[in-house]
Amino acid sequence: MTDLDVRLPVTDARPSAAKAFRAILWRDIFVTGKEFWVFLAQVALQPLFMLFVFAKVLNAGGYVSDDYAHLLLPGIVALTAFLTALQTVSFPLIMEFSFTREIEDRLLAPLPTYLVALEKLLLAVIRALASAVVMFPIGALVLGSAPWHADGVPLLIASLVLGSWVGAGIGLVLGTMVPPSKISVIFAVILTPLMFTGATQYPWQSLDSMRWFQVVTALNPLTYLSEAVRAAVVPEVPHIPAWVCLLVLVGSGVAFTGIGIKGFMRRAVS
Amino acid sequence: MTPAVEVRDLVKRYPKRDVNAVDGLSFSVQPGEIFGLLGPNGAGKSTTIGVLTTRVKATSGEASVAGVDVIRDSVAARKLFAVVPQQTNLDRSLTPRQNLAFHAAYHGLSRADRNAKAAALLDEFGLADQADVKVDWYSGGMAQRLMIARAMMHEPKVLFLDEPTTGLDPQSRLFMWERVRDLRSRGVTVVLTTHDMDEAAEMADRVGIVDHGKLLALDTPEGLTRGLAGHAVLEVSVTPGDGDDPDKLIAALTDVVGVERGEAVAGGPIRLYLTTDPATVLAPVIAVLSGRSAALTNVHMGAASLEDVFIELTGRGLR
Repeated sequence: MTDLDVRLPVTDARPSAAKAFRAILWRDIFVTGKEFWVFLAQVALQPLFMLFVFAKVLNAGGYVSDDYAHLLLPGIVALTAFLTALQTVSFPLIMEFSFTREIEDRLLAPLPTYLVALEKLLLAVIRALASAVVMFPIGALVLGSAPWHADGVPLLIASLVLGSWVGAGIGLVLGTMVPPSKISVIFAVILTPLMFTGATQYPWQSLDSMRWFQVVTALNPLTYLSEAVRAAVVPEVPHIPAWVCLLVLVGSGVAFTGIGIKGFMRRAVS
Repeated sequence: MTPAVEVRDLVKRYPKRDVNAVDGLSFSVQPGEIFGLLGPNGAGKSTTIGVLTTRVKATSGEASVAGVDVIRDSVAARKLFAVVPQQTNLDRSLTPRQNLAFHAAYHGLSRADRNAKAAALLDEFGLADQADVKVDWYSGGMAQRLMIARAMMHEPKVLFLDEPTTGLDPQSRLFMWERVRDLRSRGVTVVLTTHDMDEAAEMADRVGIVDHGKLLALDTPEGLTRGLAGHAVLEVSVTPGDGDDPDKLIAALTDVVGVERGEAVAGGPIRLYLTTDPATVLAPVIAVLSGRSAALTNVHMGAASLEDVFIELTGRGLR
């Protein structure tokens, strides 16, 4: 018989939670590093083709102007960060909660359950920022040049961090709500509209003549990320005021995180 | 002494259900014990384990592991127990060795500690040669062993095993039983759920039989079988004489002094539950059989098994 009365010093839960959180984050970064080339292809290929066709191929045919490339690149960077964050959370979560049950070992780690969800969001932001950092030079390489505006760097960083957080929040909501059998529906019904109503390929104010579409795009948080990134990189293009963009991003980040964590708790503890 | 596991008046009702999955369950498990939770599918075993392992929210009642309230202090409780689920939940992005090391990291072990412990446990569970392959390549038995090794990484006080040998080959099953007994000798308390009667009888120090969320019986396997009406069983394989049928034969055999009841095991021998020693009943039974000119082909004397207790308590109906 063991003597359970000689208890381990378990009462200090806080240091254990911090350690567990770090270990779980390290696990995800470790796995990302292990599959780095897969990760790069996942995040960079699609925006790269978009950039190439819209800014290079259409320009060669004379369909779009030279300026368009500089307008498109910031939008594509915004799109890449947003989608990377969203997909980093949603798809693995759908699988981990159903088929693989991989998440169970982390749910049983000594930290409050909501922190496991927050870790997912943090990882998503890290991966999204990495993808944005990769996109700028690759984009410049494809286009032959990239717009740059040193004064805009703080706004650029702030908007990318907030925008990826919103993307991750949406990913958390989807990842905890969508059953695995409906995973392809996410692509068709949610991702595609999100991609094309996010003001990534056009400035929002250029839609003045298409009022209904302008209203639709105003409902997509990605629009505010695209506008903020353009405000930072190409401020001469008319844009929604940066403070409005940041405010909307913070608001939707809080909302999606709240709904997502609620959904996560419902899946983690029945 | 603080019980290793204590459950008191536990109730769990899932939303939109009209019956309680767990309905006022109470039991306690002593440190170092192997405790079996037995019951048909849907009896409430997994829900009970779910509450004890902080994955299911209790509707009411109390539950603690090694003295820590799992409902109020789930984070602290998670350091004290480990779970080996029935379905594999290994991390497929990691190798087996990394599965162990990261589990230990989640629980705050230092790098040197986790590497040393992982190596030792991989060796002990016979996985050292396949420690750095893909987890996907593992067979069911290997995955099971790796999950137990993973559970042991943070040195839990209580280990919960959910149907530990379901679907394993006999070798893996024997290995598993050996390892679990090993754990007990190291002072780890083991709570296992199963509906394999042999496993429960073989492994558990005490067995709780659960159905419809309630505890029906709780005792050692011997105690449970002894408590069953008739503590001995006589099995006779017979071919009934011409014009006789098994039901009439059983009725006649039940009239023998010392036989409490009898039944025909589907297509097999007639099973007589006795209130006395089988040897004293044997002669009168043979007399009855020869009186009805039935041909006796085989006789088996034995004690009632846990399965008899289980069926007696939970009925024959399919779930």
